[in-house]
Amino acid sequence: MIPLSHYLLLSAFLFSCGVLGVVVRRNAIVIFMCIELMLNAVNLTLVAFAQFLGDATGQMLVFFVMVVAAAEAAVGLAIIISLFRNKQTVNVDELNILKW
Amino acid sequence: MTFEQGVFYFLAGITVFSAVMMLLQRNPVTSALYLILNFFCLGGLYLTLNAQFIALVHILVYAGAIMVLILFVIMLLNLGDDKRLTEHLGLRMYLGIAVSVGLLVQLLYIFGFSSGVNAQELSPASVEMGTVEYIGKVLFTKFLFPFEITSFLLLAAIIGAVLLAKKKLVQ
Repeated sequence: MIPLSHYLLLSAFLFSCGVLGVVVRRNAIVIFMCIELMLNAVNLTLVAFAQFLGDATGQMLVFFVMVVAAAEAAVGLAIIISLFRNKQTVNVDELNILKW
Repeated sequence: MTFEQGVFYFLAGITVFSAVMMLLQRNPVTSALYLILNFFCLGGLYLTLNAQFIALVHILVYAGAIMVLILFVIMLLNLGDDKRLTEHLGLRMYLGIAVSVGLLVQLLYIFGFSSGVNAQELSPASVEMGTVEYIGKVLFTKFLFPFEITSFLLLAAIIGAVLLAKKKLVQ
């Protein structure tokens, strides 16, 4: 059998990959995909805990995380399209209209 | 090595590989395709955890809906390759790597040395818990109120997406 810790180590690595992508990459859409990767790493942790401890709450939480991820994808991509229409770029270094 | 372990390490290996490749690719379309590979392998990992329903919904929602949406937007905006990472980042890239490696070490420390959870085997209840029947039962009894709230969230997202994508920010 595979112990719980292996699933946790895998998801820790995936989460760190997502963090690295958000910090290093400059393309807004790639940053977006890295956020999805982080959400998925957390989902893997939740399902692993749920199945190893025999409690369905973790799986329910994954279900709700997926709903939030879908809503986030729809709104986030709409924001990116709207930004691109105004600034002709999705490079986050050039999108500094909120900076003072 | 048993068959189970073989499947787990194979899927975990592809998951790690595709996550790293997604970060390193300069073309956003290639990144998105590696992320889809990553999602399929994660679906397989859910299957090794006996969570059939979550695995199917994961592939449907992520690979089927979200990634298609992202690919549509990439192609709609007609983006070219990014500039090389090292050309314009220097110090900030090293800081970012330091931050994420620090986070990874912290997470590994917590997961590696926490004495609270030390499960070696799947719970015997997990076979039953992954089925649609069980999840449906719990979702529509214990979690009925949150489930209804998600419909409001999705409605807000639909309205927000239409409004944002339609209107221009600066008139």
